[in-house]
Amino acid sequence: MHSETPASLPLKMAAIGGLLFLHLPLALIFLYAFTTEEKSFQFPPPGLTLRWFSVVWFERPDIWGPLWLSVKVATLATLIALVLGTLAAAALSRAKFFGKDSISLLFILPIALPGIITGISLRSAFDIMSVPFSTWTIVLGHATFCIVVVYNNALARFRRLSGSMIEASMDLGANGPQTFRHVILPQIGSALLAGSMLAFALSFDEVIVTTFTAGQQTTLPIWMLNELIRPRQRPVTNVVALIVIAVTFLPILAAYYLTREGEHTGGTGK
Amino acid sequence: MPAAVSFQRVSRHFGHVRAVDDVSLEIAEGEFFAMLGPSGSGKTTCLRLIAGFEQPSSGHIEIFGQTAEGLPPYRRNVNTVFQDYALFPHMTVGENVAYGLMIKGVGRAERDAKALDSLSMVKLKGFEQRRPSQLSGGQRQRVALARALVNQPKVLLLDEPLGALDLKLREQMQEELKALQKQLGITFVFVTHDQGEALSMANRVAIFNDGKIVQEGTPNDVYERPRSRFVADFVGSSNLLPPEFAMAHGGTKAWTSLRPEKIKVVAPGEPVHGNHHTVSGHIISIQYQGAVTRISTDVEGTRIAAVVPTLNDIFKEGDPVQLAWETHNLVAMDAA
Amino acid sequence: MNTATSAHSRGRLADFLYRNSGILTLALLLPPLLWIGIVYLGSLFALLLQSFYSLDEFSGLIVHEFTFSTYRRLFTPTNLTIILRTVVMAAAVTIVSAIVAFPIAYYAARYARGGWKALFYLAVMMPLWSSYLVKVYAWKLILAKEGIITWIADKLHLGWVLDGLLALPVIGGSSLSFSYIGTFLVFVYIWLPYMILPTQAALERVAKNFIEASADLGATPRQTFSTVIFPLALPGIIAGSIFTFSLTLGDYIIPQIVGNSRPFIGTTVYALQGTAGDIPLAAAFTVVPVIIMGIYLIVARRMGAFNAL
Repeated sequence: MHSETPASLPLKMAAIGGLLFLHLPLALIFLYAFTTEEKSFQFPPPGLTLRWFSVVWFERPDIWGPLWLSVKVATLATLIALVLGTLAAAALSRAKFFGKDSISLLFILPIALPGIITGISLRSAFDIMSVPFSTWTIVLGHATFCIVVVYNNALARFRRLSGSMIEASMDLGANGPQTFRHVILPQIGSALLAGSMLAFALSFDEVIVTTFTAGQQTTLPIWMLNELIRPRQRPVTNVVALIVIAVTFLPILAAYYLTREGEHTGGTGK
Repeated sequence: MPAAVSFQRVSRHFGHVRAVDDVSLEIAEGEFFAMLGPSGSGKTTCLRLIAGFEQPSSGHIEIFGQTAEGLPPYRRNVNTVFQDYALFPHMTVGENVAYGLMIKGVGRAERDAKALDSLSMVKLKGFEQRRPSQLSGGQRQRVALARALVNQPKVLLLDEPLGALDLKLREQMQEELKALQKQLGITFVFVTHDQGEALSMANRVAIFNDGKIVQEGTPNDVYERPRSRFVADFVGSSNLLPPEFAMAHGGTKAWTSLRPEKIKVVAPGEPVHGNHHTVSGHIISIQYQGAVTRISTDVEGTRIAAVVPTLNDIFKEGDPVQLAWETHNLVAMDAA
Repeated sequence: MNTATSAHSRGRLADFLYRNSGILTLALLLPPLLWIGIVYLGSLFALLLQSFYSLDEFSGLIVHEFTFSTYRRLFTPTNLTIILRTVVMAAAVTIVSAIVAFPIAYYAARYARGGWKALFYLAVMMPLWSSYLVKVYAWKLILAKEGIITWIADKLHLGWVLDGLLALPVIGGSSLSFSYIGTFLVFVYIWLPYMILPTQAALERVAKNFIEASADLGATPRQTFSTVIFPLALPGIIAGSIFTFSLTLGDYIIPQIVGNSRPFIGTTVYALQGTAGDIPLAAAFTVVPVIIMGIYLIVARRMGAFNAL
């Protein structure tokens, strides 16, 4: 749907206003990372300083542990989600069978239902089975809601992969595994990469489920949550928030370009 | 010598649908064989059975004497040119053509050389480094052809190979395909719903309807001697004369096919030379079609169409006319 | 010799799977299905089970016996108020999100093109994927008494409007970050992208032909909008509302950080399982959003929202 006539002024203003509403708050995070005021959120900041960046680097060793844990968890959860999400997408794109929609809904459920439900469910399951909290208990929860991200990306690409392409490969002598390696994987690769990056970003800053599955461990978002509830040096939280934005922004941007690229090359089968 | 492809009472059912229903057929080595039929008639499923994308529900298939059922496509020395070409978009044209050889483990130098040969055979030398997306429809079709032929298949399957091309290109490719087949001597089996294409290219044609082969023979055979109303109507167009009418006008008491171009149209009273049967009627409509003109007439309540060379406008709609045909052009058919 | 045999048997396996494509599909589907089935559904079931246990009030220990007593404790006036408060908040957030999201989605689908289109898409994707906590934190900065909103209101000599707003009964409070207004604003902000994307996707699918056909048949642009464009966009809006509603329903962090500290379902569950250690009641409480969302999903499915997900 595309209109040749220009948009009316109220529509334009509503659209731009909406986008500003989405973005100005993030800009504020940036500004407050440089404020000299550390006890309150005074606006405008009384002065600007780069001090907090060096504080984060040199004086707050308590940040590094959580950062490392978050990276570890996100990496592991992404890998698991990558395998499981791809398998699910491959299976559901292949065949029409009874209950296909329900299975599809099942994979969406962990993000469609409130995270607190996933969190408290996992926690009570750990309690019942006396599983001690570890990196893996966090990973378990994260992988569960990351599957759908990979699944969605992979499924969209699988659907564009024309069926005759796979038949053509087999016709030319390639068996299933060979066809997967030479024909399917190269064509879904970028979608999988994009899905993985989004999954990583999702896992990296997840806090709602993590609170329930981490026990005494601190991931970076949990560290931030503690700082929000009991602040020590407020601008330091802003600096960490900037780091989080950077760590999630780049994969998201990359994911966008990867899937867009895919649309150019993917549709050339015909 | 065994047949290139042999079907013995082959059926393929999808649930309750009998896509292919008890089909037996033999395709000889070196034949250019056409499977002709409307969509859903089972011709494409037959092709897919030969390729190995489908397995028969019952019956027996042999390819050069070797049992084919149970063999996956990658274990058959048969290659396919797909309707949508199915070129791999992430590979260059050269890589596409060399794909089958690469899978077989042929060394890079050798497969590049062979791919080049195959591409020059379809007149696409110099296109190796292009992407499929940079080619026109006709060029993609040639790449698909080269990609199949480079494997030196014993049978080449073509699924509506010319369907996506425009008319001019289609006519050109028809000629080229025929020449290529003669030159290589490979058995070609192609599926089409275009009767003109089937008649002009094939040595032998099988006509499909409702999952069955309703007639099989040389193009001339199926055109001149349709055995059923379906064939008479589907292959070219034909006047289907009811039994009583046929018997009254030089034929036998059976449904009878009379090709429109076998009918002469003359003014009432004008003499007709030779051994012709004549009837009188009047013109219902006249369609100018370029080189020929199609004249629809009413003869004793039966509609008869004639196709005659376009001359000057001698006739008008409503004019009384005489139609004349030689009685051997009346082809009696089965009731179906 | 060995490698040849293994290559051969691998080929055999490939042949077997080719011939039995149903088995292949099953083999592909089984690992993810088992994961979701055991880890997720298994846990959900464990939770449900807990809700039928009870807490011994004297010892504070969980009694592992089947009982409905926990559900009886759930339906007290206090708890019903909490549920009502949460549902009203979720509904308000959903409606306002839909209103704010629509012009953005409509503009992006209908007027933006080329680079602008990419920019619009990214402008929505970025806040969607960027850190939840960072976004909540940003609003803590904005809504603080000494923060930017107060400053702007003062500069524009509109301080009295802000004060008037905060003086309102129920939704007001001592400052924006300690009022329902604050909680509501943050919810809308955080979940807005979830509403924009499906709405935009649904609008993108409205073929230009439909709009031209409608105009051709004599409809004014306004009529075309209300009779063609909006009905076709509705499944997208409902798909978006699944997220905004569900996510608001279960959130326990935003009300802790911004708001007047009156409990919502999420915060109550969090407190019950944490400090109170009353897992059975916490479990019974989570069943409420599950049931509400179950009904919501069934209705949404009827209205064709699943195709717009």
